[in-house]
Amino acid sequence: MTDFLPPALILLAGALLTLFTRRHLRTAIILAAPLATLWAIWLVPDGVVATYTFIDYQIEPVEGSALRRLFATIFAIMAFGGGLYAFRQARTAELAAAHAYGAGAIGVCFSGDLITMFVWWELMALFSTLVVWCGGTSASKAAGIRYAIMHLLGGIILKVGIDGIAVQTGSVDIRPMLATDFATWMVLIGVLLNAAAPPVSAWLADAYPEASPTGSVFLSAFTTKTAVLALILLFPGEPVLIGVGLYMVMYGILYALLENDARRILAYSIVNQVGFMVCAIGIGTELALNGAAAHAFAHIIYKALLFMSAGVVVYRVGKSKCTDLGGLFRTMPLTTICGIIGALAISGFPLTSGFTTKTMISQAAANESLVMVYMLLAAASAGVFLHAGIKFPWFVFFQKDSGLRPKDAPWNMAAAMVLFSALCILIGVFPETFYKLLPYSLEYEAYSASKVVFYLQLLLFSGLAFFLLLPLMRRTRTISLDTDWLWRVALYRLVAVTSVQLGAVGARMGRLTDDTLAALKSRAESRFGERLENARAGVFARAWTIGTTALWIAVLLTAYVLFYIIWPSEM
Amino acid sequence: MTNNSKTDHWLVQGATIRWLWRIFIVVLAVTVLAQLILPVKGYFGIDGWFGFGAFYGFLACLAMVLVAKALGFLLKRDEDYYQDPTADD
Repeated sequence: MTDFLPPALILLAGALLTLFTRRHLRTAIILAAPLATLWAIWLVPDGVVATYTFIDYQIEPVEGSALRRLFATIFAIMAFGGGLYAFRQARTAELAAAHAYGAGAIGVCFSGDLITMFVWWELMALFSTLVVWCGGTSASKAAGIRYAIMHLLGGIILKVGIDGIAVQTGSVDIRPMLATDFATWMVLIGVLLNAAAPPVSAWLADAYPEASPTGSVFLSAFTTKTAVLALILLFPGEPVLIGVGLYMVMYGILYALLENDARRILAYSIVNQVGFMVCAIGIGTELALNGAAAHAFAHIIYKALLFMSAGVVVYRVGKSKCTDLGGLFRTMPLTTICGIIGALAISGFPLTSGFTTKTMISQAAANESLVMVYMLLAAASAGVFLHAGIKFPWFVFFQKDSGLRPKDAPWNMAAAMVLFSALCILIGVFPETFYKLLPYSLEYEAYSASKVVFYLQLLLFSGLAFFLLLPLMRRTRTISLDTDWLWRVALYRLVAVTSVQLGAVGARMGRLTDDTLAALKSRAESRFGERLENARAGVFARAWTIGTTALWIAVLLTAYVLFYIIWPSEM
Repeated sequence: MTNNSKTDHWLVQGATIRWLWRIFIVVLAVTVLAQLILPVKGYFGIDGWFGFGAFYGFLACLAMVLVAKALGFLLKRDEDYYQDPTADD
């Protein structure tokens, strides 16, 4: 046994207590549980802390390393910031579910074996679905069901892979592998599904924006980034991931450009940002993995910040469509500024966290002479500024005057936004301190004059492109079809058509059965007589004369004897 | 942001916007000219060319906007496309 508490259990206990407490005590638990968890995270030593034997497998519920602590740290910070942002506005059920969801993410961070990881993984799927449902609308209910089906399917695929690996190798230890056979492919697909990889990226932009204004802040952080951690632990240097990552990067940009809903724009840009990380994991060098981990850390902060600023707008105005918003900067200066800081950070503007982490990934691509990858990532950096860096704040806070004059953020939401804005800038200004937390100790200079000039040119001219191309980006009240059309419409229609056809076949079968039964009944009646007392007796129900009966018995006995003689004896 | 009324917020008045454009253009010019003093060390040759970042950023955005526009014709649907007509909201 171990003499210390697994960090995830602290947050899970906090989530449970949240349900049964009220007012100040509840607030204290919501804010203190993540901090206590953070403290426990930093007490986890390197290596496996405890092992148990389950069936024939070695279970390692807590294993520490710099990488695992880094992810757990940002998840705990997120649970704290999200709790601060949400505790006065969100429903108790949502707060409890969100922290249990965060506990699942932290549990995955420290899982030393695949079975433990799977248990926490499923816990995340369960509680994140609850968070989506806490949106409380019929749209969020439907989206939550689609989300749950997708993640349960992903869980099954993952489980098939884990079982395959367990049977093949006799070990469920978490260690680097490549997708070479069926089992490892299943694990890779199961993990990638949670990273919102193609062809099922649509679940993310479908579900997250339907949650409550506070719920989507939590949702933005945990699922995709635990998938990133799992990929770093299980598939570093898997070449497939480079292509998958680049696809996600471009998918996120193009769909975000087409999108009208502010929170959905941010959801697509999660896919885009996770694409950068997945691509880095595919490159797989120490610098690339450092970049993926660092970018995940920075990304959680600025993405949560962006969802917070969008959440304040939805909370105050009840609208999230760009066509309905605009001009909000007049009465929401703090939300606007925090939203802009988040937008600059996601774009990787110098002096923000995004710059110090994303350039690491580009550098890793350059070091490996991956020209195409480097160039596409550079183009994507420009595209991020286009779709999230300017488009989001522009259409929400500036653009036209929508006539809306909402109040600025409530104090707790404001405090959470200021905290996360400060973190974005701190990591951007003092990257060296942050780099010490990364898994590999490498020399990396973020602010070389060459890089700063290159990225300033890239980003500022993207800005110019945005304003020159504004007429081409007029918002329309539309959504964009995605692969989920295949099961939301095509499959649905197929089922509908099939059920109509089956119904017709069923009706014909029914008529046929009825006719057959009626025929049999009349036949039976003619033979055995009708059921009514006075009815005419049927053939077999008539009273026969003794002579006829004796004759029939003689015929039957003769037939019996004949058969007995004729039949071959060996039978 | 085309409101020219004097009573509206200073940030959206025509004069301010004209000034913002001027400042923006100066900043753009400075970032390109900065390359004369602070040479950009390209990794593959082409990315070290004068003004490559500016050129590439602009073109990449132009391409992405146009591709998105084209995709839009194919993929855009009315926003209640998925809504069940029998649902109550």
